[in-house]
Amino acid sequence: MINKFWLFFIIFGMIVAAATGNMGKLTQVILDSAQRGVSISLGLVAILTFWLGMMKIIERSGLTSILVRALRPVAKFLFPSVPLDHPAMSSILMTMSADMLGMGSAATPIGLQAMKQLQELNPDKETASPAMCTFLAMNTSSITFIPTTIIALRAASGSLNPTMIIPTALVATCASFFAAISLDRFFRYLQTRRGNND
Amino acid sequence: MTEIMNAVSAWAIPVLVVVVVAYAAWKRIPVFETFVEGGKEGFAIAINLIPYMVAMLVGLGIFRESGAFDLFVQLLKPITSLAGIPGEVLPLAIMRPISGNGALAIVAETMQRYGPDSLISLIACTMQGSTDTTFYILTVYFGSVGVRNARYSLKVGLLADITGFIVSVLICNLIFG
Repeated sequence: MINKFWLFFIIFGMIVAAATGNMGKLTQVILDSAQRGVSISLGLVAILTFWLGMMKIIERSGLTSILVRALRPVAKFLFPSVPLDHPAMSSILMTMSADMLGMGSAATPIGLQAMKQLQELNPDKETASPAMCTFLAMNTSSITFIPTTIIALRAASGSLNPTMIIPTALVATCASFFAAISLDRFFRYLQTRRGNND
Repeated sequence: MTEIMNAVSAWAIPVLVVVVVAYAAWKRIPVFETFVEGGKEGFAIAINLIPYMVAMLVGLGIFRESGAFDLFVQLLKPITSLAGIPGEVLPLAIMRPISGNGALAIVAETMQRYGPDSLISLIACTMQGSTDTTFYILTVYFGSVGVRNARYSLKVGLLADITGFIVSVLICNLIFG
């Protein structure tokens, strides 16, 4: 998918450049853009280093376990089909906590673990169970308290106030999370109703 | 409202840092050594990002400077203005569910073009920060356990993304507009 996107940018861009006589600029644009790609990436080193250091402290200190405890009632409501003492439940809780703290790279392995345990509870191994669908909905729209990478990128781009977007991102992330959870319930309701009518 | 928002953005990170460090110290974690150990990975992550950034910025650079971008925005304006999404952030909205790093590069380019603290850039950053890479997560998570039928998951993920985008535009216009 991303291949098509990239190809479209380049081919369509070339065609328009040929038509509008902008071709002369393109060589310089390619060189400048590549240069900028490198400098932006390197500009992220500082804050990434800082943030990963903080993440390690969060991980070691067991701060996530506090969040896990706080989230338990929420998970119970979201995943009624998963027994509270099943290992899948604790993996789900760990994934939620890691996502919230912006620990994206730590969240994925735990998330995959949760999927494996949800698959054990799934009667039809080729079709996603309702709990899996909810888990995916939760993950694709994960609530993030502090979008660290974006803040780093804003700082690297010379923003006067890189953290300005924390509150707006929080509002937007909550909106998409609630949309995901409600849509998940809604589509499941539609499917089961259709199933009953057949 | 704006004052609360400003306070949140000023306090969020310092408070988090203090809470984390204090809690870890209370748990008798060697905070400094642990921090250094974790921070070591920062350089490698930034280096890994370089090819994504270069590829995406070159592609976008050609698309933008050729005049294709403006054409594209003009063509889709009737549709996007219906949803209230400014045409300038449309490429980001399309890329966001497909590739996290690709989208990040688009945000970088947007900030370069319009200035990091312009309304368009703030909307782009809010969009980027509010959702995750739907296609990637769906592929990896379901792929890892061999589920072929994802049922309504894609629909849910994409509709949630669109909700996030629209709310991003609304809230940014309200706070920063």
